[in-house]
Amino acid sequence: MIGASAGGPAALQTIMAGLHADIHVAVILVVHVRADTEDLMSPLLDRSSKWPVTTARERTRIEPGHAYVAPPGYHLLIERDRRFSLSVDKRISFSRPSIDVLFESAADAYGANLVGVLLTGANADGAAGMKRIREAGGTALIQDPADAAVPIMPQAALDMAGADLCAPLPELVAALNRMCRT
Amino acid sequence: MTGEGAEDIEAIEVDLFVEALRRRYGYDFRQYNRASLTRRIRNLVTTFGTGTIGQLTDTLLHDAARLPEVISGLSVPVSEFFRDPASFACLRRDVFPALVSYPQVNIWQAGCARGEEVYSLAILLTEAGLYERTRIYATDISPDSLSRAAAGIFPARDLRDSAERYRNAGGTHSLSDYYHSRYEFSKIDTQLMRNITFAEHNLVTDGVFCEAHLILCRNVLIYFTNPLQNRAIGMFADSLVRTGFLCLGARENLEFSPERQRFQIVNAATQLYRLKPIY
Ligand SMILES: C[S@@+](CC[C@H](N)C(=O)[O-])C[C@H]1O[C@@H](n2cnc3c(N)ncnc32)[C@H](O)[C@@H]1O
Repeated sequence: MIGASAGGPAALQTIMAGLHADIHVAVILVVHVRADTEDLMSPLLDRSSKWPVTTARERTRIEPGHAYVAPPGYHLLIERDRRFSLSVDKRISFSRPSIDVLFESAADAYGANLVGVLLTGANADGAAGMKRIREAGGTALIQDPADAAVPIMPQAALDMAGADLCAPLPELVAALNRMCRT
Repeated sequence: MTGEGAEDIEAIEVDLFVEALRRRYGYDFRQYNRASLTRRIRNLVTTFGTGTIGQLTDTLLHDAARLPEVISGLSVPVSEFFRDPASFACLRRDVFPALVSYPQVNIWQAGCARGEEVYSLAILLTEAGLYERTRIYATDISPDSLSRAAAGIFPARDLRDSAERYRNAGGTHSLSDYYHSRYEFSKIDTQLMRNITFAEHNLVTDGVFCEAHLILCRNVLIYFTNPLQNRAIGMFADSLVRTGFLCLGARENLEFSPERQRFQIVNAATQLYRLKPIY
């Protein structure tokens, strides 16, 4: 579960390129983009990583070994039976898709089996979601604000939720590969 | 208390709330996708200031006057003029030419929110010379939204911000030809309102609404679980004239709906379907 905003596409490419493809997890990404943009992120990430990356479709089951990107203009949520659903409810922190919406629903669905990663960004989206992930027993990784292209978003999450690990990108990638292998 | 324990309590509260709403008032939200429904109920707790969902249920049970507020909170009428311009362009290109052959055209727009979509459609029908012969039935579950839609008054910036989408939808005039602004509000031209009928209709519990040549139901079924989605798709098929059209939201997925078999796809990117002819 990874959320990023301003400066996010580059950071997401770094992460996806560094993630081992043999780990038995699903990766779900939200990046703030304009609502009317096409699905640009999933082909971009698909090319630059070993993972199959597609735009999440409502009602479909989340498969391990696969990475999904929230569609522009919709909130992406995870149901308890681990399928995707979409909503066009109000923007949260000026964003739709919102990281909070995804993270909060994912915390309800996955509990302790969830790792939330929050990267660079220019608003406070994701902070409440990170808090809920930790409350539900999940793990929170936050990009070191000093390492982020735009530090506001990771800093807001640190202030509100704290983190299990706050580090520069390469260390986050290493931690993810370690945690998800077991 | 562990996080998991806390969530279990909330899941129980959501069930009880949904049950209270159904048994007391007949609104049935049991088959809505839980993740977004839960978010909306949490928002109601905040607006009502009840602290817990349990307390909200108590208020709901004993204070019938607050029902419309609850329904509008649960239905979140978020829309915009010409949302997904490509879908409107597709209606114009693939559907309107087929409607020309009917002397009288019925369109059912289910889930009309505050009317943004129905007025967008009315504008394009006007420009295609079809509006005169068309009757649009715009329905929604929420009485609040319906009265707002019928009033046709919107924040001026909603319309200003829609000019580009209007052009991308294939609009040929200037969007400002269709409304009058005063201070920070814009009123839709009454010419556009003449052939629109607003009515309450619940896709969960009500039946076929009218015989239609085109049905638009965008971004409503995304809130429904598979059985409820399938019920609605079957009802739409029953409402359509032979080879009538069904337009859904661009990101909707019908692959789990058996009633889907009754339709053929016209345009996948805009989720436009057409009822298969039965010989
Ligand atoms: C997100 S809005 C979609 C508005 C518009 N169609 C669009 O795509 O922009 C969803 C609408 O569906 C309505 N709705 C939700 N449940 C419904 C039901 N069971 N029957 C009829 N309308 C419903 C809501 O009140 C809301 O106005």
